[in-house]
Amino acid sequence: MTETLPGAGVPNPLDEAAITAAVDQAVAAIAAASTLDELKAARLAHTGEKSALSLANREIGGLPKDQKAAAGKLMGSSRGRVNKALADRTAELEAENDARILVEETVDVTAAPRRRRAGARHPLSTLQERVADIFVGMGWEIAEGPEVESEWFNFDALNFKPDHPAREMQDTFFVEPPEAHLLMRTHTSPVQVRSMLEREVPIYVLCPGKVFRTDELDATHTPVFHQFEGLAIDKKLSMADLRGTLEHFARQMFGDEAQIRLRPNYFPFTEPSAELDIWHPGAKGGPSWIEWGGCGMVNPNVLRAAGIDPDIYSGFAFGMGIERTLMFRNEVGDMRDMIEGDVRFSEHFGMEI
Amino acid sequence: MRIPLSWLREFAQVPAGATAEDVMADLVKVGFEEEAVHRPTDALHGPIVVGQVLSIVKEPQTNGKTINWCQVRVVPEGQQQSLTGEGIDPSGVQGIICGAHNFVEGDKVVVTLPGAVLPGDFHISARKTYGHLSAGMIASVRELGIGEDHDGILVLSRIGLDPEIGADAMELLDLYDEAAEINVTPDRGYAFSIRGVAREYAHATGTSFTDPASRVQAPAALAGGYGVKLNDDAPIYGKPGCDRFVARTVRGVDATKPPPPWMTSRLRLAGIRSISLPVDISNYVMLELGQPTHCYDLDKLSGDIVVRRAVAGEKLRTLDEKERSLDVEDLLITDGSGAIGIAGVMGGAATEVSDTTTSVLVEAAHFDEVSIGRSRRRHKLPSEASKRFERGVDWQVAGIAAQRVVDLLVELAGGTADEAGTDVGTAPDAVTVELPAAFAAERIGIDFTEEQIITSLEDLGAVVAPAGSGWTVTAPSWRNDLETKEDLTEEIARLVGYDKIPASLPVAPPGRGLTRVQQQRRRLVQALAASGLTEVLAYPFVSKAANDTFGVSTEGSPRRALKLANPISEEQGYLRTSILPGLIDVAKRNHSRGFRDLALFEAGLVFLPGDTLGTASIPPLGIRPSDEVLDGLYDGVPDQPLYLAAVLTGHDSPAAAGHTPRAWDWADALDIARIAGDVLGVEIVVSQGRHQAFHPGRTAQLALRTGEVLGYAGELHPKLLAAHDMPARSVALEFNADALFEAAADVIVARHISTYPVASQDVALVVPQEVPAEDVLAALREGAGALLEDVALFDVYAGKGIEEGKKSLAFSLRFRADDRTLTADEASAARESAVAVAHERFGAVQR
Repeated sequence: MTETLPGAGVPNPLDEAAITAAVDQAVAAIAAASTLDELKAARLAHTGEKSALSLANREIGGLPKDQKAAAGKLMGSSRGRVNKALADRTAELEAENDARILVEETVDVTAAPRRRRAGARHPLSTLQERVADIFVGMGWEIAEGPEVESEWFNFDALNFKPDHPAREMQDTFFVEPPEAHLLMRTHTSPVQVRSMLEREVPIYVLCPGKVFRTDELDATHTPVFHQFEGLAIDKKLSMADLRGTLEHFARQMFGDEAQIRLRPNYFPFTEPSAELDIWHPGAKGGPSWIEWGGCGMVNPNVLRAAGIDPDIYSGFAFGMGIERTLMFRNEVGDMRDMIEGDVRFSEHFGMEI
Repeated sequence: MRIPLSWLREFAQVPAGATAEDVMADLVKVGFEEEAVHRPTDALHGPIVVGQVLSIVKEPQTNGKTINWCQVRVVPEGQQQSLTGEGIDPSGVQGIICGAHNFVEGDKVVVTLPGAVLPGDFHISARKTYGHLSAGMIASVRELGIGEDHDGILVLSRIGLDPEIGADAMELLDLYDEAAEINVTPDRGYAFSIRGVAREYAHATGTSFTDPASRVQAPAALAGGYGVKLNDDAPIYGKPGCDRFVARTVRGVDATKPPPPWMTSRLRLAGIRSISLPVDISNYVMLELGQPTHCYDLDKLSGDIVVRRAVAGEKLRTLDEKERSLDVEDLLITDGSGAIGIAGVMGGAATEVSDTTTSVLVEAAHFDEVSIGRSRRRHKLPSEASKRFERGVDWQVAGIAAQRVVDLLVELAGGTADEAGTDVGTAPDAVTVELPAAFAAERIGIDFTEEQIITSLEDLGAVVAPAGSGWTVTAPSWRNDLETKEDLTEEIARLVGYDKIPASLPVAPPGRGLTRVQQQRRRLVQALAASGLTEVLAYPFVSKAANDTFGVSTEGSPRRALKLANPISEEQGYLRTSILPGLIDVAKRNHSRGFRDLALFEAGLVFLPGDTLGTASIPPLGIRPSDEVLDGLYDGVPDQPLYLAAVLTGHDSPAAAGHTPRAWDWADALDIARIAGDVLGVEIVVSQGRHQAFHPGRTAQLALRTGEVLGYAGELHPKLLAAHDMPARSVALEFNADALFEAAADVIVARHISTYPVASQDVALVVPQEVPAEDVLAALREGAGALLEDVALFDVYAGKGIEEGKKSLAFSLRFRADDRTLTADEASAARESAVAVAHERFGAVQR
């Protein structure tokens, strides 16, 4: 039997049916809220001070002592149900809201502006470093020297006789006045001489650097270019050691399939001397041998010039062009691209080679 | 060196079908690089036949020219034309229009028939012209690609030929021959001859070789000939300028006789122009045997020939009709009249053979390499003769070559040789080399057999005799390059084959890796590239003006710089003392290609000559100079530090949707310098700087803590930018990277990281306008003491509320203690003592 207390339709906290109806109403209103604002309105209507449940709860205080416990229990569980519904719906709507905001914040990532860019290394520099690293990995050291050199280091110490045609074939830039015997080094070999004079034997050094010849710039020539030259001085070094070193290096540079070929040649600073070719399967016009550099066994006169006894020590040396290597390794068609500093050339490589 | 294959075949076993390419492929194995193929038939195709001009009708034209309408018989009379094709007349007589007039009816000529192709991809066909159908062409030497003669068509009788009508003219003129061009290294003078190359071809292919010298029957001794004296009173390096002179005389020659086609064809393939019969013979023998010879007109000689050095002021008119002032070091051929030739380089005009010459004196001499080389360089007279003498000619072959010239003069020019002849001089000592038995094997890494060693050396022409456990080897007279056991070792390896050399990898002792400076350099350039700059490598050649502007900070002071004696361009005749001119050129090149937003940098050497420049002399080769001499060489080499420079133009990034790029400004230049410092752990001290290439008010001087100036950074001078056509407000920097590397600490000592809370305090100080913020900052840092962790300038303000001539600098100071939480009072006290120093130094007052 339902009994309504006097007053404004406040449910009796002992009237389970009335309370349950109020709870059901509240839960339905909470479930019906589709935004956080609607939910707030529902919360105020059903759990606010003027809500039926709050008012019923307040009635407990006026009940006889023996009824208080039952009413409190009923109201507690009822309000618990409503609060849980409220919390669940809040979480749901907040999640929905968060998701909507993220959707609204979507941008077109393909339209992003490029605000910061990495720059680029020059591929000739990067390639020199890569070559150096291969030799450092073999225990060799990297030696460097000046670009304007004394004629003695560039020629005489390397067994270029003063009147020999080989000396002229170097197309040398001389520095004024001629009496000072200064020139722009025509190869990095003077660094080899300096290394021999400054270091203790055994010597295994690689000398990369800029060199100069009086060639006009065109598609295949430049008056300023880069070389790397290797020098090994030790007891009992032979041409087989030279070949083995070059083969190892070629495979590091061009892969395990790389092949090299030695052809007889002449250089004043080596005897025997050889021209080094590398097999280039991807050459324009079909696979072919490409001239890569020169090499040979160090001429005893060169050892003598550095105070090394050729009866005890022997050595080998080799030299290749960085530009040439870049041309056939990375398919650069025109020397001028490497020289002119067009940013497109370097930027294409980034910091790699 | 160009090798006509027909010539090579005379002395070596070249397979019948071998091409120039095949021959080069063989020669490359023994060390001759492939250069080119010269093959007339690549550009010349028949039918090209001998024709006889039957009739010539001269037809004047309205343009004033007269053309010839010719009937030319191209098959023997009474025979049928066997060729078919458009424009080929079955009658055997072709109607041909010809513009040249240097021939008459009855002359035999070269007819290029329709279907033929001439050099320049010129196709011959029958075509309507001047009212006739001209079916072919009567050819000139120029049109056939065998001469430069413009004088009209080739009349065969004038080159001594009377062939059958219809004969293959290409065969008649030896145009089916071809030549292989190889590169001869400067040590191998002997290979500038068919004789030398044929021997090498035999080495390369393992076939036999006939020495062309062996086919010449030269008398064992000569006497009673023209008087010749060798009189060198100033030998170079103790070697007489001339140590053999053979002179032979041939009388009754007809110098006007045409040289035979086989000779001119071979000369042409070898790259030598036909001049006259005696000269062609001389050149022919030089190519065949490697011995240059010279023909004098005997009737123009007076008195004995004396080979001597020139005297001061002596002059000679050479064959090229140039008057040359002789140097006292020049070796001369002289007679009673004075100089008649620069020995081994070029003969004189007064005694040369001409059409009227009837008696010839043939010279075949042996000259010192160095002497000839110097004269050639001095007079800038590279000749076929000097090229060979400079590299070394076989002493033994002079008499044989003279005989060969004599034989050809007799055979082809109708002369008679005098029995008497002259042969003076002394043979140089033969060079012998000791070759220890194991040496070649050790040096090459191949276990050569004794037989391989001996056979290889004997094949070269050396004499090998056992000596102890090895051999004594006497080099052949034509191999002046074989002087040491290493030289012999190369020959053995070369003949056995470089492809037989095995590979072994030597193990280097433990290395130390890259040096500190090498690592620093890599870090620096890598960091700048990673920060958005693009590395370029400019040439180091610059103008004097560029050095004077960029290389020295004060305007008007000239820069001491190195000048090149032989620059590529006179304008860029100096070596750079600054990287910037090169970078500006590169920037401009990029601008011209449509790239305006640039950040370029280069790390490279600059050349800073001091008071000492080089050395007055240089030590000899093959011996270690004394320490003192070496020190002199080292000291004479100018200072060449590594500089780093950058140039920034335009904006920091491309404009894009939603992004406004920022124009580079002076502070960016400073940032780059500071990044460099950060990367290397070196503090860069910035102060207001002055450099003539930079904006006077927007330039920072970059220095080390020690005060050493490293360089400059800032905006480039507006006038300079305008003069170089560079965008306004372009900025740049340049500093001495080596000095920066050197300033880096060997070991960086760690700093204790305090985890106590930070206490931040701001302070605004009013100071006179001209006081640099950096100085105030330094004063604060100094005054704040050990509790200060960091201080930064966050605002600069001048204007309302600040007294005229003053500015307000706002700093944030961050305090932290290592061992406790600072109280507000402690932080404030530290701030006050910081401000006190700023006040004391610059009158700074808190705002």
